[in-house]
Amino acid sequence: MSTIDASNKPAARKTVASGSGRRAGDTIFSALSVGSGLIIFLALAAVAVFLSLQSREAIEGSRELTGSADAVSLLEYTGPLIFGTVFAAVLALLMAVPVAVGIALFISHYASRKLSTPLGYLIDLLAAVPSVVFGLWGGVWLVPRLEPLYLFLNKHLGFIPLFAGEPTAPMKNLASASVVLAVMILPIITAVSREVFLQTPRLQEEAALALGATRWEMIKSVVLPFGKSGVISASMLGLGRALGETMAVLMVMSPGFTYSLHIFEVGRHQSIAANIAAQSAESTGIDMSRLIFTGLVLFVITFVINAIARAIVSRGPKS
Amino acid sequence: MPQAITVEDLNIYYGDFLAVENVNVVIEPRSVTALIGPSGCGKSTFLRTLNRMHEVIPGARAEGTVEIEGQNIYAAGVDPVNVRRRVGMVFQKPNPFPTMSIRDNVLAGVKLNNKRISKSDADALVEKSLKGANLWNEVKDRLDKPGMGLSGGQQQRLCIARTIAVRPEVVLMDEPCSALDPISTLAIEDLIHEMKEEFTIVIVTHNMQQASRVSDRTGFFNIAGTGKPGKLIEIDDTEKMFTNPANKQTEDYISGRFG
Amino acid sequence: MSETPAAHTAAPAARARIDTTSERHLPWYHLALTGLASAVLAAIILLALGKLSIAGVVVLGYLLHLIIGFAYSRVREGRRWATDRFVSLLVFGAFGLALIPLVSLLMEVIVRGAPRLVAPGFLTGDMAGVIGGMDAGGIWHAIVGTLLVTFWASVISVPIGLFTAIFLVEYARTGWMKVLGKGITFLVDVMTGIPSIVAGLFGLALFVTVTSNPGIRIGMMGAVALSLLMIPTVVRSSEEMIRLVPMDLREASYALGVPKWLTIVRVVLRTAIAGLTTSVTLAVARVIGETAPLLLTVGALPLLNTNMVSGRMQTLPTFINSQYKLGNAVCNSDTLTNPITGIEHACSVAINFDRAWAAALVLIMIVMVLNIVARLVSYFFAPKSGR
Repeated sequence: MSTIDASNKPAARKTVASGSGRRAGDTIFSALSVGSGLIIFLALAAVAVFLSLQSREAIEGSRELTGSADAVSLLEYTGPLIFGTVFAAVLALLMAVPVAVGIALFISHYASRKLSTPLGYLIDLLAAVPSVVFGLWGGVWLVPRLEPLYLFLNKHLGFIPLFAGEPTAPMKNLASASVVLAVMILPIITAVSREVFLQTPRLQEEAALALGATRWEMIKSVVLPFGKSGVISASMLGLGRALGETMAVLMVMSPGFTYSLHIFEVGRHQSIAANIAAQSAESTGIDMSRLIFTGLVLFVITFVINAIARAIVSRGPKS
Repeated sequence: MPQAITVEDLNIYYGDFLAVENVNVVIEPRSVTALIGPSGCGKSTFLRTLNRMHEVIPGARAEGTVEIEGQNIYAAGVDPVNVRRRVGMVFQKPNPFPTMSIRDNVLAGVKLNNKRISKSDADALVEKSLKGANLWNEVKDRLDKPGMGLSGGQQQRLCIARTIAVRPEVVLMDEPCSALDPISTLAIEDLIHEMKEEFTIVIVTHNMQQASRVSDRTGFFNIAGTGKPGKLIEIDDTEKMFTNPANKQTEDYISGRFG
Repeated sequence: MSETPAAHTAAPAARARIDTTSERHLPWYHLALTGLASAVLAAIILLALGKLSIAGVVVLGYLLHLIIGFAYSRVREGRRWATDRFVSLLVFGAFGLALIPLVSLLMEVIVRGAPRLVAPGFLTGDMAGVIGGMDAGGIWHAIVGTLLVTFWASVISVPIGLFTAIFLVEYARTGWMKVLGKGITFLVDVMTGIPSIVAGLFGLALFVTVTSNPGIRIGMMGAVALSLLMIPTVVRSSEEMIRLVPMDLREASYALGVPKWLTIVRVVLRTAIAGLTTSVTLAVARVIGETAPLLLTVGALPLLNTNMVSGRMQTLPTFINSQYKLGNAVCNSDTLTNPITGIEHACSVAINFDRAWAAALVLIMIVMVLNIVARLVSYFFAPKSGR
């Protein structure tokens, strides 16, 4: 590389650093970049390896595998936890999605252009609140205020299995946890949906309005079909969040390990994440191993949900 | 002392696609060589191989030899960084560094390479380069203002000043006036005339009048059709090219039959 | 768009009835008037039931307005506009509904947290010897712990995240690097979805395995766990910022004979610095409130520990959780004596909740300050376009 430097034009040569020095800079820098990328590989591999290693004891010592009567039954332990986790997350999603779509439409198509940005910030503000504060708010403020609603639904709509059972105060039940989870995933679903709605081709919207459609007819026929896949993937992202959220469930729900459908009953459900947080301090040996196994299950569930969300995004309309 | 550039058997590829085929040309020192031709004929691609800038685009590569001062810039072990210090480039769109003042933009080649330079040397270099780019009188009172605050034509001259501050032997210009208004274009063309006293200049242009105004020699690139490689059809003295070209294609192009 | 049903049906309908009274669009104040009427009606009903409250009037008034507004519009404007009105009301209602948690949460945190926050010694003291319902105790140790753990998480995450982003944008362009880049992008996506509790479990499992000490709980474990959550955020946002730097500038720099790495450092990163600062700040704001991983990895401690590699540590989020878990205190006597300082304190039943709310207020303030700083940085330090 020094062949060109060795020219007979001293005026222009100035103080050219030696070629090897420059090369070293580039080599080090690209090595650092590639290395950082590889660390991410390693980190994820390490997560999988350490969680698997630590949960081996639970798997090998499970009654399903060993058949011995005094062994720990891993299925019986994990089953209700998976049920509780998915139940709470799905309920939260059912509550959050309609509201989030409403807010997203409000910001993108109802509020004036000038207002839409600050209103968007306002909803984003919810995303900035730490989960432990949501838990505190849910446990202290929200739970007593939901009580009349629960009693009302239980009394008048108790024939629906969901609302049946015997609610007891304080209402630290699955329904309360789901409401808090719904509030927590609201901003993410709103933000993604809002972005998709804002990308609706302006020409199509104006064409619909020019043909005499009302605002709602325009939204129904142009905006919603365009944003459908975006809303679905946003919901999946929200579901992934809700499945893995710990504090809201830990602080707002009294735990229990059943497959109960009665969302107003206290001490019936528990989620994987909250269970790990509640038990880990006192657990050692096979108990700890079992917790880590449930963590691995949670990891797999959220991974699948997020993968579905990503697949939908990549098939959706391109901006 | 500016040197001749000798290009032999140069083939340029994007991945597997042959973009420019078999270029053989000698570019005279201290002259202005214009490259003309229809869009997509590979003239800009060819220009970028003269200082190995094409390597910035993923998948682009060149085969053959490009000799400057008798040294092949594609020989094994040649650092493209050193090549670019000797062969500067001005781009289609003015691209001053947005984070730098006018003064820092001129000194960018020095400062970005972490080279030390005394304040007086730097002042002298800034003044010399800006004067060389015919910009000194317009900006000497606001050297510390952002370079982005200048007009388009001034920005392009700032980019030229930045390029010549590195003191290259060759300056490549890739349609330097295509984003500018006529007045600014005239200023740059005047500047090119003055610059050839010191530099070897190769300029790609869409504008045949511009080629005839500024260049000593003109090369004509053409493609046989979409997906076919571009070729250097003919290169000769500008006057001859525009009055009596040897090749039929050249004649058709400059007389406006296509392109 | 011409195949949209509304476009087909709406146009002829509107034209045919243009001068009839069955379909027309009334000005907005009709909606406001029906709203007022609904609110008054709601107030009267609630008054009759003896349950009058502002919240009640708002909720019942909104529900009544859904019916009254729709019915009014149906009669005066026709079916299509009535549906439009109804949906507008629903959409406004959705936004209003979202404001309930936001406003109530911020109100609660401020109203319940502020009195304890300004109590002497709360911000500067720790919890050493604070027992039962003792009206004392502070969070200095938790604030320091939170800042330390987050700081070290950033020290781990920012370089890795930034260099990975640089790799993805500047190097993963051809050949095997491109393949590797695709793989890393996928893994970063996977990492984004890791539940925070799993990150905590990882920190725990990693350190337990390496030190073969099942009881180990140190600050560094928390930092490692948090960095697992922080790295993907940093990678994604910095990648976006670096991609925003125009290719022109890189080419300009290369053409001046500047090597690639100096181009990246002095041109690309320099141009993107405002965006990068913003994204790192937002990433910090995101992890500073994480609780679950810290429950598993750093434990709890009533006093200050600044050693990241030895001993448990208190952080603000875990402090809030543990105070909340303690619930109402039992006051058997009017005063309690701190066994360490020997100072006598009054007994307060609600003291644990007070401390939790005040700590929550501090935590929210820290997060908000970080968010505001991030926005200010991107607002003021973004490169000026000049013209």
